[in-house]
Amino acid sequence: MVPLDYYIILSAFLFAVGVVGVIVSRNLIVMFMGVEIMLNAANLALMAFSRHLKLMDGQVLVFLVMTLAAAEAAVGLAIIIAVFRGRESVNADHLNLMKW
Amino acid sequence: MFDYLYLVPLLPLATFIINGLFRTRLSKGVVQGLAVAAPGLSFALSVALFFGLLGLNPAHRSVEQVLFAWIPIGNLQLDIAFLLDPLSSVMIMVVSGVGFLIHVYSIGYMAHDPGVKRFFIYMNLFMFSMLTLVLANNLILLFIGWEGVGLCSYLLISFWFTKKSATDAGNKAFIVNRIGDFGFLLGGFIIFWAAGTLQFNELATRAPHVFTIGGGAITAATLLLFLGATGKSAQIPLYIWLPDAMEGPTPVSALIHAATMVTAGVYMLARLNFLFILAPTSMLVVAIVGCATAFVAATIGLAQNDIKRVLAYSTISQLGYMIMACGVAAFAAGIFHLMTHAFFKALLFLGSGSVIHAMSDEQDMRKMGGLKKQLPVTYVTFLMATLAISGIPLFSGFFSKDEILWKSFSSGHGSIIFWIVGVITAMLTAFYMFRLLYMTFFGQPRYDKHTAEHLHESPKVMTVPLVILAILSVIGGWIGLPHSLGGGAWFEKFLEPVMTHAGGGGEAVAVHHASVSTEYLLMAITVVLVLVFIYIAYYLYVKNTAKAGSLRQSLSGVHKMIYNKYWVDEFYWAIIVRPVVNGAIFLWKVADVLIIDGIANGLARLVGDISETFRRAQNGYLRAYLTIFLIGAVVVIGFLVVR
Repeated sequence: MVPLDYYIILSAFLFAVGVVGVIVSRNLIVMFMGVEIMLNAANLALMAFSRHLKLMDGQVLVFLVMTLAAAEAAVGLAIIIAVFRGRESVNADHLNLMKW
Repeated sequence: MFDYLYLVPLLPLATFIINGLFRTRLSKGVVQGLAVAAPGLSFALSVALFFGLLGLNPAHRSVEQVLFAWIPIGNLQLDIAFLLDPLSSVMIMVVSGVGFLIHVYSIGYMAHDPGVKRFFIYMNLFMFSMLTLVLANNLILLFIGWEGVGLCSYLLISFWFTKKSATDAGNKAFIVNRIGDFGFLLGGFIIFWAAGTLQFNELATRAPHVFTIGGGAITAATLLLFLGATGKSAQIPLYIWLPDAMEGPTPVSALIHAATMVTAGVYMLARLNFLFILAPTSMLVVAIVGCATAFVAATIGLAQNDIKRVLAYSTISQLGYMIMACGVAAFAAGIFHLMTHAFFKALLFLGSGSVIHAMSDEQDMRKMGGLKKQLPVTYVTFLMATLAISGIPLFSGFFSKDEILWKSFSSGHGSIIFWIVGVITAMLTAFYMFRLLYMTFFGQPRYDKHTAEHLHESPKVMTVPLVILAILSVIGGWIGLPHSLGGGAWFEKFLEPVMTHAGGGGEAVAVHHASVSTEYLLMAITVVLVLVFIYIAYYLYVKNTAKAGSLRQSLSGVHKMIYNKYWVDEFYWAIIVRPVVNGAIFLWKVADVLIIDGIANGLARLVGDISETFRRAQNGYLRAYLTIFLIGAVVVIGFLVVR
């Protein structure tokens, strides 16, 4: 049986990849993928703890997160398409009108 | 019968409201008709009430009508209630009667004025306030009327509001009166504090028990109330507003600034006689102020050239007589003179209005002269009033003025000094009044051709009130014929219940038992001196006008002093107005703009500057926000872990 530590380390690593992907990338779609990776990193951690503690709560929570991720993907992609139609670009740095 | 008492002040209020609300819809004729009808009906009702009062036993001639409870707070029980007794009965007849005649006269005088509707609306409001003032049964309702007439005075002085001098005069009248009102209110507070009531009849019964004669509370209260009277009745030191008030239309000068409103102070002293009688110091102050005002104003009147200004100073002087009468505890004599003065001074002002009207709005007497032939009715009525005010025997002014002079000599509060100053004032009065008469109606015309072409006697609607007032000026004094001249002093007897029911007042005060022969002697001295001064005026202003000029030259110092009204206005300006204005400017520029605005604006600028720096953080770059968000999350979680 794989020890808990491995899961936690993998989860933390995936989360870090997601964060870096969101912050470093200028492409909205890549940033979006970063967010998905972070959500799934969290899911992995939840599953690992659920198994480790023999509690079903974590697994229930994972379902909720997956539902949320699906909804988010639908709405998020729709927004990105709408933005692209308007500005011919999905570069986050070009969307800087909302400032002082 | 007495149930209709409330209609006396209510009728002018009703027409005021109707005309005020529907001013633009109603025609000029309807507005005038309503406005004139109200004081007319009030007068008819006042006369009926007067006869109703005469039908009662003299001891019970005090009718109170409570309309509703107004301010019931603990001890303070104030009603909207009217009090009809001999004093208020006389006052409502004078106010509504003279007021009615002046309203009628105004139809002619204001005929060509575009603001005629507004004029009548204000006049009705004035009638309501004045009638409330004299009918009030408590000090606070009286004060409502007192402020109401002050407001109307302000509105009517600055009636021609496009004229800077008129609005200035209105402001001056209002502000000077506020000083007096301040004293009035403080006096009222002291009385309520000490006696626990402000209702006149209750106060009259309680006053002798709660106040010690000559005590501090009563002296302070009466002096403060008297300050109010000096404001309203134009006495030293607050008389300066009245001459400027002549900027208003002439009927206003006649009604408000001669016949009725300015006598409110005298009325108040007479109404509160039971308080003043308890404070001998205050009585002395009242008498001295009245006496000094009578004399000073008469001297100023000698050298003025504006016809209305002479009359204004004459009003101040005559009011001084009335105040002096109150000061020597001859309250009835003061009210008597108030009444006769209302007749002849209203007549003098209306007559001068008729002259001004005929002269195309010229008020300078140096540009008049010889108007006797052109304005016969005005001349004859004016002559009657002049004879009355000068105190020629058989005319009304003689009886009332003589009554005051005699009381100032014989009363327990009187003194020979008051009598001497009073007689000198009477001489001066005769001189300046006849100077005015001679300069206006006698001699050679001094007006230009243009004026001469428009010269005309006033229409009937103006002359009829003049004739009625002239008749009253002649016979009005006969109701108060003194015992010594075979009369019954009927007027004084009628007012006696009001003046003595506190156990003080007229008869109860010790009288020097001067004999009737002394009274005849003093009377004769006064009359002879007055006649001498009338002759001097005749000599200087008709017979030998060059002499008047040379006399003015030789007395140029004195002339300059009284022509410039003793520089009192300038003195007040330098001592009071200038420092107040400068203080206000200081507070405005330093305290308000610099300090208060500085703090408020400074705080706003500080917040603005700070946010100017920090708002740069909102740069619109999504990734920057995320970075900051991440750092924040790391810091918070790190803190939680490390702790």
